[in-house]
Amino acid sequence: MQARTEELGGQRATASSVITVEELSRVIVRARPRGSPVLPGLSAILLLSACATRTELQTPTAAQQTHATATALPVLHRSDMLWLERTSFGLDSASVAEYRRLGREEFLNRQLHPQTSALPAPIAAEVGALEVAHADPAQWLGAVNAQYKVINAMPDGPDKEQARKTLNDRGNKLAYEAIRRDLLRAIYSPAQLQEEMVWFWLNHFSVYQYKPNLRWLVADYEERAIRPHVFGHFKDLVMATLEHPAMLQYLDNNQNAAGHINENYARELMELHTLGVGGGYSQQDVQELARILTGVGVNAGDAPKLKPELQREYLRRGAFEFNPARHDFGNKMFLGHSIEGRGFGEVEAAVSLIVAQPSCARFVSRQLATYFVADNPPPALVERMAQTFIHTDGDIAAVLHAMFMSHEFDSELGGKFKDPRRYVISAVRLAYDGRTISNTRPMLNWLNGLGEAPYGRPTPDGYPLSELNWASSGQMSRRFEIARAVGGGNAGLFDPEDGSAASSSGFPQLSNRLYFEAFEPFLAPHTRDALNRANSQQEWNTFLLSSPDFNYE
Amino acid sequence: MNRRQLLELGGAALAGAGIAGRLFAAPLGGPRFLLVFLRGGYDSANLLIPYSSSFYYESRPTLAIARPDPTSNTAALALNGDWALAPAVRESIGAMYLQRQVAFVPFAGTDDLSRSHFETQDSIELGQPTGGTRNYRSGFMGRLSETLAGAAPGNASIAFTDALPLSFEGGTTVPNLSLKNVGKPPFDDRQARILRDMYAGHHLEPAVSAGLELRHEVAQEIADEMTAANRNAINTKGFELEAERMGRLMRDKYRIGFIDIGGWDTHVGEGAAQGTLATNLGSLGRGLQVFSQSLGSEWNNTVVVVLSEFGRTFRENGNHGTDHGHGTVYWVLGGSINGGAIAGEQQRLARGTLFQDRDYPVLNDYRAVLGGLFRSLWGLSPDQSAGIFERTPPADLHLI
Repeated sequence: MQARTEELGGQRATASSVITVEELSRVIVRARPRGSPVLPGLSAILLLSACATRTELQTPTAAQQTHATATALPVLHRSDMLWLERTSFGLDSASVAEYRRLGREEFLNRQLHPQTSALPAPIAAEVGALEVAHADPAQWLGAVNAQYKVINAMPDGPDKEQARKTLNDRGNKLAYEAIRRDLLRAIYSPAQLQEEMVWFWLNHFSVYQYKPNLRWLVADYEERAIRPHVFGHFKDLVMATLEHPAMLQYLDNNQNAAGHINENYARELMELHTLGVGGGYSQQDVQELARILTGVGVNAGDAPKLKPELQREYLRRGAFEFNPARHDFGNKMFLGHSIEGRGFGEVEAAVSLIVAQPSCARFVSRQLATYFVADNPPPALVERMAQTFIHTDGDIAAVLHAMFMSHEFDSELGGKFKDPRRYVISAVRLAYDGRTISNTRPMLNWLNGLGEAPYGRPTPDGYPLSELNWASSGQMSRRFEIARAVGGGNAGLFDPEDGSAASSSGFPQLSNRLYFEAFEPFLAPHTRDALNRANSQQEWNTFLLSSPDFNYE
Repeated sequence: MNRRQLLELGGAALAGAGIAGRLFAAPLGGPRFLLVFLRGGYDSANLLIPYSSSFYYESRPTLAIARPDPTSNTAALALNGDWALAPAVRESIGAMYLQRQVAFVPFAGTDDLSRSHFETQDSIELGQPTGGTRNYRSGFMGRLSETLAGAAPGNASIAFTDALPLSFEGGTTVPNLSLKNVGKPPFDDRQARILRDMYAGHHLEPAVSAGLELRHEVAQEIADEMTAANRNAINTKGFELEAERMGRLMRDKYRIGFIDIGGWDTHVGEGAAQGTLATNLGSLGRGLQVFSQSLGSEWNNTVVVVLSEFGRTFRENGNHGTDHGHGTVYWVLGGSINGGAIAGEQQRLARGTLFQDRDYPVLNDYRAVLGGLFRSLWGLSPDQSAGIFERTPPADLHLI
């Protein structure tokens, strides 16, 4: 993997990171799509460059001067662009401007502590109008279970089939709304790192919408269990997922009761969510944790009738329930500590023990670094992140800060292959640069086709984070087809969601100012050649979005 | 122009077009293997009917398929004294069975008892010892591909699916492409060449070349189909069309393939001689027949295994359907297998012999069955077999 990175770095490093006006004008001419007129936005740049002398532009480039204010702005280097790409779902003009204005450190601080209402007004309105933004899934679940009961009791026939279909359609609509909201936020939120972290943790604590009842719950899971904690303390995140009906249902803990032990969640909680395989727990610990988790489940109906002495141990928040009548009150021995049988307090004690293990700090740090830094992250960096995790009581923002400001992060820039989600979202961000798309279904289709649909990972391990799993031959050719769909402008991103007649939207102009600032100066020679061979703007767009330069960050 | 001529011409034409001929270089000869995974747990008792068991007829008052009767086309087709075949596959699989190109392995399956689609599909695709820690990065088809790549170059694998299935996890990158809805080629030769040139010298160059080539190849196959259709060849659609494309790709380039088919989870309104299950079985049977035909003479070098994560309850439920069960029936097909047989360990079907008083027991472990077929097909050493299915000795069902 290291050799690959070097090879790639060598290829991309042929362009100097500071360009001259002369070079800029040359490359603009070379990169212009053959047979198409000089793009309107470029004529001013060409004019300026014609009278510029050959000096290194330490402060504003010609391109910036035509658009920016007169104040001197720092020039952005290749490492800045790559750093920004990696900490976001790809570049758009707004994020580049913000980075330039604030500088790296302050930009990162704001990303780690985002304002609550960061979404642009039209997107916020769109998201706010979705049904999933308002209804209470705890109530849904009760109603849905009741309706399925009624339907199952109906005699076979078209009425029954119709009733079942109506209910299923509604569940599917709600799951799609969750996906639509997720994609709109990922494209348009200025709090890009927050959106990345929502995805990362959703994937880390993965659930699958096609398991029974889950499609009614995924929107709420993202909103209430994941989103509030993405930069917070890791333990809070674990507890929020542990107390969410989506997770309890997905990993069967709702069936885990004294005398009817189901170890599924107990095992995955340690193996996938916190400690990792080989993280220092035994099969005995799995069994003990399963006992501790007995009675933690889901109830969307009436509270159970309990003996008086158990009633004060009963817990209920929405559809989450701790039912002491299903709990094993015996004492447990877990991770070398004795835990006195006392009800839900045992669960909190067990989670505290788990997240305090050094193996938890290392496992979580390594997962973060694998996603953000490199497929095989430098061990020294992982260890420093783990130390930060340990000393800050699992403060995720602090761990991320250590990672993004590390020299290891800088030296790995340019070598990380975008997974399908990063690819699709970054392509739309670059192509339409802030312009609001109306239809997210094409993006969902692309993610389906590339095998990374939201809430679509059947196995609890989440989607893989490494290039190996996303760059197969079939996936590469499909990726090029998506590049063509985005670049050609016929993808349907501007069609109405309701399927009514679409108006033509034209194709995007990827050879725009953002491109000339962020990509063009650093292109690999092979990519430059390919762009020069394009016969149309659409084809040029397709090649750029297919290039190694765009697929790696 | 036939396919072979086209390929020969294609060598030069494609080189000129800048599309690498790497995969075309796979030498012909040697066995081919296709795994067909029926996701959802198909009701094997209504495919291979235990017609000598009165218990079957007692257990399925509305779902049972009538005893063999040559004068009825809704009756089962007798294969031997105990077993008969669903009428839905009489013309396809039934005909192939008579040519000894099909065998069935009843009482097959896994020791995974979760009865969860999700759990059981995973455990089968991973093919690891049950009960241990699962390695989700290592599927048995992946390990088979690795083993064969080491033993004999040119054993290219392919998954005819949108995403790479768990079975192919680990090892070398396996190409995947669903042949269900393949449109026109997205790129012409010039564009494909430019795309490939962009990755010249890059470590993804082989994947990019292979991907563009496969897409081009499939588009060419589709063009051939249209030519064939004009000559009044069989007009296939749905799975048959997919299977025909699969057959041609495997004939020309690939040795190990995977396809999955859904729609078998018949809890409600399953049907009997006709209905939901019969329709699905009919389509599958015709597809496999088309697959065998499109392989041409390579069918004699090919083995297909059809399996599903589990069987269904022996008794019908209250909704004219069946629920998740345990043991199932695997199909083994091939041009030169010792077919026309019901293979593996068997036992008489009666209430007392059901597993947990509800399902077929598992007498033939999937790892042993598949491992045995792989050993016979490729002459694997004990170490190689153990590398694919750890701790399960291959079983010899005398089918190859």
